[in-house]
Amino acid sequence: MNGARGRARREGVIFERSSPGRVGYQLPPLEVPPVEVTRTLAGVALRGEIEELPEVSEVDVLRHFHRLSQLNYSVDEGLYPLGSCTMKYNPRLNEELARLPGLAQLHPLQPEEQVQGALELMWELEQALVAITGMARVTLQPAAGAHGELTGMLMVRAACLDRNSPRSTVLIPDSAHGTNPATAVFAGFKVVEIASTSAGTLDLHALARHLEGGDVAALMVTVPNTLGVFEPEIARAAAMLHERGAFLYIDGANLNAFVGIAQPGAMGADVMHINLHKTFSTPHGGGGPGAGPVAVSQALVEYLPVPTVERTGDRLTLSYDRPKSIGKVRGFYGNFGMLVRALAYIRSLGRDGLKAMAEGAVLNANYIRKGLEEDYHLPYPGSSLHEVVFDDSRQAAHGVKNVDIAKRLLDYGFHPPTMSFPLIVHGALMIEPTESDGVEELDAFIAAMRQIAQECRENPELVRGAPYTTPVRRLDEVRAARSPVLRWRRNPR
Amino acid sequence: MHRYLAGDEDRRKILAAVGAASVEELFASIPAELRCGPLELPPARSEEEVRQEFWRLAGRNLAPDCTACFMGAGVYRHLTPALADALIQRGEFFTAYTPYQPEVSQGTLQAIFEFQTFVCQLTGMEIANASLYDGATAAVEAVLMAHRILPARRRVVLAGALHPEHVAVLTTYCEPQGIAVHRVPPGAGGRVDREALAAAVAEDVAAVVVQSPNALGVVEDLAAVAAAARAVKAMAVQVVCEATSLGLLTPGGELGFDVVCGDLQAFGIPPAFGGPHLGFFATRQEYLRQLPGRLCGETVDVDGRPGFVLTLSTREQHIRRAKATSNICTNHGLMALYVTIVLSLLGKKGVREVAMASHATAEYLKATLGSPGSGVTLAYPDSPTYNEFLVVYPEPDELLRRLAGEGVLGGVSTTRWGGALPRGILIAATERNTRGECDRLLDGIRRLA
Repeated sequence: MNGARGRARREGVIFERSSPGRVGYQLPPLEVPPVEVTRTLAGVALRGEIEELPEVSEVDVLRHFHRLSQLNYSVDEGLYPLGSCTMKYNPRLNEELARLPGLAQLHPLQPEEQVQGALELMWELEQALVAITGMARVTLQPAAGAHGELTGMLMVRAACLDRNSPRSTVLIPDSAHGTNPATAVFAGFKVVEIASTSAGTLDLHALARHLEGGDVAALMVTVPNTLGVFEPEIARAAAMLHERGAFLYIDGANLNAFVGIAQPGAMGADVMHINLHKTFSTPHGGGGPGAGPVAVSQALVEYLPVPTVERTGDRLTLSYDRPKSIGKVRGFYGNFGMLVRALAYIRSLGRDGLKAMAEGAVLNANYIRKGLEEDYHLPYPGSSLHEVVFDDSRQAAHGVKNVDIAKRLLDYGFHPPTMSFPLIVHGALMIEPTESDGVEELDAFIAAMRQIAQECRENPELVRGAPYTTPVRRLDEVRAARSPVLRWRRNPR
Repeated sequence: MHRYLAGDEDRRKILAAVGAASVEELFASIPAELRCGPLELPPARSEEEVRQEFWRLAGRNLAPDCTACFMGAGVYRHLTPALADALIQRGEFFTAYTPYQPEVSQGTLQAIFEFQTFVCQLTGMEIANASLYDGATAAVEAVLMAHRILPARRRVVLAGALHPEHVAVLTTYCEPQGIAVHRVPPGAGGRVDREALAAAVAEDVAAVVVQSPNALGVVEDLAAVAAAARAVKAMAVQVVCEATSLGLLTPGGELGFDVVCGDLQAFGIPPAFGGPHLGFFATRQEYLRQLPGRLCGETVDVDGRPGFVLTLSTREQHIRRAKATSNICTNHGLMALYVTIVLSLLGKKGVREVAMASHATAEYLKATLGSPGSGVTLAYPDSPTYNEFLVVYPEPDELLRRLAGEGVLGGVSTTRWGGALPRGILIAATERNTRGECDRLLDGIRRLA
């Protein structure tokens, strides 16, 4: 991001660069006879050129998007400690490999004998994720974490129906990410929220109470939870659920904390989605594409989406032979390009590197925790793993909120932490540094946060007015929502 | 230590600072009985070793770029400008996340705003979201939105030939919502059977969904479908799998449809064995608050400087939780950026020219394959098609295998979908297929069929 230049010069939308006669492409000459569309498409409604599309040169396009890119903060620029998002380094090797023509150019409907390598790659990734999670099998089909959640919950639903035990309730702790309740509803369930204990963890007494009715299909819980705290009673919770014929869904958003340390399979999980764009470094892309494979225990294997990849000797096939499958959750087999990157990452780090990755994430988060605990309040002081959640209560005494701290952090050249959840922490500052950086970067972040804490005490007005150095300053979100302008028009109404 | 991680000295400093004797101590909260031994995975590998493994895997595949490829059926090989891939590889774009902090995300946000504008222009609609996963899930979101708007209606009608993958995904999603999926098979010409459709729609139908060009390649009579939906006040939904067709065919937005959605992969996104592609969703202004997914809007900052933010997020899961319009969180931002760049490069003239060239190339193939002695028969010789069409042939997989032996990927066999589509081969052409490639295909079919 080059804030100074960005402020000096606003880049208009691409449509405003349009100038008649400019083009940014050239097609090969058309060697087949031209057609008269009024004949070939007789009776069909046809359109002419779309007048509002821009006319720009290749250089115009380069300049425009290059300049836009300079208005962004990114992982490449520095620490991006957005809690629960796991913004780690995205290795360039993975980008190179995903673009190999033998992978990127494959059509999904080529006959199996032409795509053995692609199927082998998917098979290898499934085996690696099975090894990491200790679960029975994995589907690679879901296109994002939330999509994986839905896939998992649809399997839970199918299993309940198959057992002639239809259930309508899904339990979700109040610390959960917003996708969990939304997912449960889209899978056809109603949500009952469980209040967390004073330590911020799962309340087993509450769980037992809710299980009494026999209507609970599953508990959806994040491990470690959104406070970065490991659920110490997770195995006990699993046993209680299983005793009542219910399933344990582990939200794998925080898997980065314990790869190579512990396995959800051993915790009693029946289903868990894995965000490849978090733990396994596929790029976040400014908001996707991600990939959300789902690992299941033996109890749910028969409900996996079709197709699955099967291996017999050297021969790989796509199998649709799964009569109790929930069906398909998206077209084809998943975000294959993301699967390539994730497997490359797993291969690069290997057995010991993956464990060292989790250790590094936990070390870095605890270092930040230590560095900031004198200045920021820790609402849940129990030990935490890969992320730490402070709140703004000390700063609120000076009239400064978490969002102000976040905006001020932008002036110090860092992306802010997550603030929108967990809902059980008012004014949350959820910090997840990941394993990518060394202590110097962490020290710089800590110093910035401490400086801001001091500003809150001495000059809160300064913090409330931040940011000052970014390409734009605080934006009027109320205006954006009240009179939405969601597209460019040549002549605005 | 591994090349992606910090070093031993970093660890020593951190342990000293936090007062822990070992890294192990930091994991004390994980009970011993849940711990695992070393993972059953190979050890860390160098960049060169990983590269060799992936080259081997890629080498086990047949990359269509080395051949004449006429495969489509929802995934198309159009031009892929070098600049588009170069730009999305800028770290400022691909290593950023969802623009939650707009002050340092104006690049991503403005690109989304431009993307939303392009989608509106292509579809003839008033508003569009920031993208969805793919065409199949976009069709799902359209049906779910119709159901939100018309909650008492518990049936959705799929008119004519929809992509079998879309039908499968729709079925998966609709069942738990209690929405019945009612299919009206295509009529004789491969198009929607108007009488059957009229008989199928009623006041309990939330949406009538039609794909055009449809899964048989045939361009549908959109006005008739819109009229059938309107007759029972159901939402009319057009699904577009071959988005370059929007450069030639009037979109549903101009023909009375309520939603135009689908996949924009055709604008140069590599097939990548099925993903990532790019779902899109466009609708009318009146449904703004029922729209799934993210939206970017224009506003001003405290100094009056124009800028962009994610807006109307009260529809979304992180605010509304169980009452959200969709459980979707992230979307396919980088693919949306890619297509925004491609559409900028193509512009007014190129969008038209790509469509015309693709259509002309397909018509060239059809002209020969429709003649006696071509080896196959056109399934719908009298129906309009854009750049894809179905030929009837009893042993399509065998014929395709023989063609592949000559370096021609002749199309997609419909046998993989059981009886969902008539038995034969879907043949698609784009502006990338040269006349020489076409002639190899025609010659191959004539000799081998």
